[in-house]
Amino acid sequence: MFRSIFLAVVLFLLWLVLSGIYTPILISFGVLSAIIVAWIAYRMDVADHEGFPIQLSWKAVSYWPWLIVEIIKSNIAVAGLILGSRENIKPILIRIPANQKTELGQVTYANSITLTPGTVSIAVGENMIDVHSLSKAAAEDLKQGVMHDKVCRLEDLNYPLPKTK
Amino acid sequence: MAVEVISWLFVGIGSLFLLIGAIGLLRLGDIFARIHAAGLIDTMGLGFLILGMCFYSGFTLVTAKLIIIGIFMFFASPVSTHALSKAALDGNIKPEVDEDQRPDKRRLGAEE
Amino acid sequence: MFVAASIAILIAMLLAIVRAVLGPTIYDRILAINTFGTKALLLIATIGFLTERPEFMDLALVYALINFIATIAIMKFFRFSHLGYPQGKDEIGDL
Repeated sequence: MFRSIFLAVVLFLLWLVLSGIYTPILISFGVLSAIIVAWIAYRMDVADHEGFPIQLSWKAVSYWPWLIVEIIKSNIAVAGLILGSRENIKPILIRIPANQKTELGQVTYANSITLTPGTVSIAVGENMIDVHSLSKAAAEDLKQGVMHDKVCRLEDLNYPLPKTK
Repeated sequence: MAVEVISWLFVGIGSLFLLIGAIGLLRLGDIFARIHAAGLIDTMGLGFLILGMCFYSGFTLVTAKLIIIGIFMFFASPVSTHALSKAALDGNIKPEVDEDQRPDKRRLGAEE
Repeated sequence: MFVAASIAILIAMLLAIVRAVLGPTIYDRILAINTFGTKALLLIATIGFLTERPEFMDLALVYALINFIATIAIMKFFRFSHLGYPQGKDEIGDL
């Protein structure tokens, strides 16, 4: 129930940003539509811990900057591979473990892998992820498991800190 | 003035990565390699272009809309990329790889 | 500045179209059209800045939504040859 009310507030803020016209009648329409959508989501049972994961809260916010730095680093590496000679491109397929407790954690991990260019998750299941990597270096980076540990800590703070070199 | 220079810089970087990604789309060997080039466009190209536009327009409603586009693509692009690569794998397209370190060739998460 | 950016985007779109025409498999074409859509939404945004019409941002936002759904829908259609009822034992349907 709390989640649905929070969803209605977020939807109304989104409506305010997208609308741009602020007269009382239009704002009341906005409030009404936000409440109706939140009610439909409550009835459909989609505003749960997977559809609207507010329990991650500040942990997700602290994970994103690290992810963005990783994305920029791997972007530069892939740009070098594309512009360089063909011999440097050695695609590799690996299977890595994904020991997150919830499906949401596994999806976050798979999406993070896909979001960093150079590695794409091509199949997910049975606590494993198949990864297609453009170079051996990116695959080795992934096998070290820093990102895996970070995503594990995203859903459970008791998970041990990733070992940094 | 400084803000304008920053926005020029970001739009320039974004355009550059857009072009590199498009070149990669043509140069790379097979579908699974080309997905990486598309990822370059979806993350760095789009991200830096939108960031540059945000700096250019300042604190307005346009910036808020640009940020919404950026966040949406941040979540949507890996989903469509993963769906595409999984569909290609299900369509019996063999990835051209130098080395296959999977212990077996079965497809994860596929129902029999 | 935005003129140069839109020219770069147009060149990148042209390259994506070349890949869509060449692409040996259907998945290459879907990938090319997906990135083409991403570039189209960026082009819409830059044109909004060039002509100083902020309404273009709404168009770009809608284009982003349509692009994502279109990619998923095209892939589902090629996999199952229809967009209708769910397949297999998964009640929501599978990609």
